[in-house]
Amino acid sequence: MVLVLAIGDLHIPHRAPDLPPKFKSMLVPGKIQHIICTGNLCIKEVHDYLKSLCPSLHITRGEYDEDARYPEIKTLTIGQFKLGLCHGHQVVPWGDLDSLAMLQRQLDVDILVSGHTHQFKAYKHEGGVVINPGSATGAYSSITYDVNPSFVLMDIDGLRVVVYVYELIDGEVKVDKIDFKKTATPATHSTH
Amino acid sequence: MIGDGIDDEDKWLAEGIAGIQHNAFYMHRALDSDNLREALKFSAQLLSELRTSRLSPHKYYELYMRAFDELRRLEIFFKEEDRHGCSIPDLYELVQHAGNILPRLYLLCTVGSVYIKSKDAPAKDVLKDLVEMCRAVQHPIRGLFLRSYLAQVSRDKLPDIVSEYEGDADSVMDAVDFVLQNFTEMNKLWVRMQLQGPVRVKEKRDKERNELRDLVGKNLHVLSQIEGVDLDMYKDTVLPRVLEQVVNCKDELAQYYLMDCIIQVFPDEYHLQTLETLLGAYPQLQPTVDIKTVLSQLMDRLSNYAASSPEVLPEFLQVEAFAKFSSAIGKVIEAQADMPIVGAISLYVSLLTFTLRVHPDRIDYVDQVLGECVKKLSGKSKLEDSKATKQVVALLSAPLEKYNDIVTALTLSNYPRVMDHLDSGTNKIMAMVIIKSIMQNNTCISTDDKVEVLFELIKGLIKDLDGTSVDELDEEDFKEEQNSVARLMHMLYNDDPEEMFKIICTVRKHIMTGGPKRLPFTVPPLVFSALKLVRRLHGQEGEVDGEEVPATPKKIFQLLNQTIEALSYVQSPELALRLYLQCAEAANDSDLEPVAYEFFTQAFVLYEEEIADSKAQVTAIHLIIGTLQRMNVFGVENRDTLTHKATGYSARLLKKPDQCRAVYACSHLFWIDDQDGIKDGERVLLCLKRSLRIANAAQQMANVARGSNGPVTLFVEILNKYLYFFEKENTQITSAAIQGLIELIKTEMQSDTTTPDPASDAFFASVLRYIQFQKEKGGPIGEKYNTINV
Repeated sequence: MVLVLAIGDLHIPHRAPDLPPKFKSMLVPGKIQHIICTGNLCIKEVHDYLKSLCPSLHITRGEYDEDARYPEIKTLTIGQFKLGLCHGHQVVPWGDLDSLAMLQRQLDVDILVSGHTHQFKAYKHEGGVVINPGSATGAYSSITYDVNPSFVLMDIDGLRVVVYVYELIDGEVKVDKIDFKKTATPATHSTH
Repeated sequence: MIGDGIDDEDKWLAEGIAGIQHNAFYMHRALDSDNLREALKFSAQLLSELRTSRLSPHKYYELYMRAFDELRRLEIFFKEEDRHGCSIPDLYELVQHAGNILPRLYLLCTVGSVYIKSKDAPAKDVLKDLVEMCRAVQHPIRGLFLRSYLAQVSRDKLPDIVSEYEGDADSVMDAVDFVLQNFTEMNKLWVRMQLQGPVRVKEKRDKERNELRDLVGKNLHVLSQIEGVDLDMYKDTVLPRVLEQVVNCKDELAQYYLMDCIIQVFPDEYHLQTLETLLGAYPQLQPTVDIKTVLSQLMDRLSNYAASSPEVLPEFLQVEAFAKFSSAIGKVIEAQADMPIVGAISLYVSLLTFTLRVHPDRIDYVDQVLGECVKKLSGKSKLEDSKATKQVVALLSAPLEKYNDIVTALTLSNYPRVMDHLDSGTNKIMAMVIIKSIMQNNTCISTDDKVEVLFELIKGLIKDLDGTSVDELDEEDFKEEQNSVARLMHMLYNDDPEEMFKIICTVRKHIMTGGPKRLPFTVPPLVFSALKLVRRLHGQEGEVDGEEVPATPKKIFQLLNQTIEALSYVQSPELALRLYLQCAEAANDSDLEPVAYEFFTQAFVLYEEEIADSKAQVTAIHLIIGTLQRMNVFGVENRDTLTHKATGYSARLLKKPDQCRAVYACSHLFWIDDQDGIKDGERVLLCLKRSLRIANAAQQMANVARGSNGPVTLFVEILNKYLYFFEKENTQITSAAIQGLIELIKTEMQSDTTTPDPASDAFFASVLRYIQFQKEKGGPIGEKYNTINV
């Protein structure tokens, strides 16, 4: 059982002062094995905070991030799953699931995590699963009105991943979960 | 030499102890055989060891304790009349025959103790006699210990309202008189020590005096324990007489210690009721006495009293404690003109703490204290003394901590004036403290005038104050400051759009004075605050009853335009571009076509003129394309102009793969899913074909420049786009075209000149799988896909 926190689009301090207190109290060091962050933190303080929750921190670059050295795209393997990470402003049209699916195929990953729209999504298509953890601070978005703060926790266990989404709605934390099972990886044939 | 001295003292002490032990041995023998005469003889000899003047107080005490223990045994013997056959009154006479005065008096006190216990004479008579007799010993150390002995043995025998030694009606008074007299004499002896010896051993003397001070102070403690001493007796008798002695002794050490002792030993309730008397004594003390510390301690004590027992608060009001302290402090500061500034400020800190505990609702009192402080600070240049600065910070932090709601602190008119006297470094620290307080308490500052006051207070962070320059600052600290200001801006909020607009204008006014280094930090939060307001206004009418409303989206956009423009001048074009695009989208949602167009124009101008870095250009163009793709407010002409620009720039990016990707991204500009009308299949195809040409060119370039073709990834990406529009029923995208592209890719992959690349192989395989998947779906999708062979 591997716990992976997917979080992003905090936009601190441009659009939000801090994480909601209810989220802060839930995110405790030592409980999570990996953090994957879609980007737009935006400052080093937030980076340090996430690092304090878990040393295995993977971040991709959002268009407002202070640190220009974050990569545009990242892939990593956790257990049986290959994960891809990208902020999402690079994929036009923004939030378009078919276009994200294309990126997923290109990266050859089971789970693609991307953000930018500040709206939580967990979507399964032929090529895999696309997850958008939304904005952890509920930051303003030109794309989404009325953003609720949200983040995602993935529990990876063998060929199964349970996606828990935590949303702050009217001051209360609501949790939802979605199950995904991976079929055994098909062997890739060379087409020569 | 000193070493010798100490060794000598140890030697004398050892000799003294040996003497005591020696005589004690014989005394015990006498006691065992009930031999009074012998017992008296040896006890007198034993006590003679205390006649020494060679020991320091510390060592004398050791000697004294041993004698004390022996006297306890003697007392037991004295009590048992049947053992020695002498009546107590006779014994009282008998011991006065002892040769030397000191042993005589110790023995007398011991017998006196038994005398009182026997009740053969009234307690008051015996006590009076003893306290008078002790006058015979005028040597400070010997006298102090002797009287201390008297105090110890008499302690449980004082006439008190609940004690068994109560005689006639005045007996509590007698006890008080006795203790007061003993106290007075002891204090005189103690003060006399100061006059002994040459000035150069002052330090040693002070140390010795301090070792003895508790002997004197003990009397006050005893007074406080006498149950019969109620508030009235304290007020009328005890305090006046103690103060009289304290003032008259004119000794700095004694005064300081005793004033503190009084405060510690007697209940806070008493102090409250005798405040005037107590405070009245302070100006009469020696000028060198550290009055401010004593005064601070009194205030702190009463502050704690108020904090722990809220029910006594009305008493504070009744005795006008605040007014009295305020005026006392004023007098002290005036009297001690050369008091260092840190002293004066710490007095105000104590007074403020007191006020906040006792009269938290009296903001005017708090402001008054700050005002007094301002008066003290004015006329001087900025504070440089770090201790004083710390005190000022404490002064300013106290109201913040007390009133978690910063808004209250903002109403203190003297608060900014105090801050003005801080040096710029400390001013900024204080500003950070204020911001921290707001953030921690999640305070919302909701009116324009409060925002104005707040920004006045934190102006050290907002702009360069006189004499300072941003360049001198540590970069990390500077970033932290500015990020704090940015975060703060999200705490300024009002539901009412008019008020919110005023707040935004005020904030903008302040941050615009910040200079080039600060704007990149402060402008973005302002912009987003404003955009949130625009959204809120969507539901509302622009004009109400014909009156023009100040806050309209249009006005806000005008403000934003000017604000973001400032960023472009300070070398943050990328940030400015992003903010322009955000505003464009918001203008789109507000149905303001010219405004949205203007924002796009600004964004393009920045792209053309200021963004030279190729990586930055790639990101920027994708942001432009992404934003433009979402616009629905533009008419045909405007839209055409902008898309033409976007595609043009896309094709002119530096690297061919970047060009390719940007151009096929542009294809989405001509096809928007959720709106009728903008579905130009032809132009989509044109874009895709153009990107295909670029991909081809990229392949050929790679062949020439590197000797082998690049990977087929770009082709596969374009294929995906073909499929995307194919599914969306773009009739211009034919299955033949798709088929052709598939074949092209296969050919490329098999070509000798192509470097095999597992990633692109897997990508292509994945797409083919997708096509197969769609075929198997059946229905209209399946039919479509069946025209493609893989």
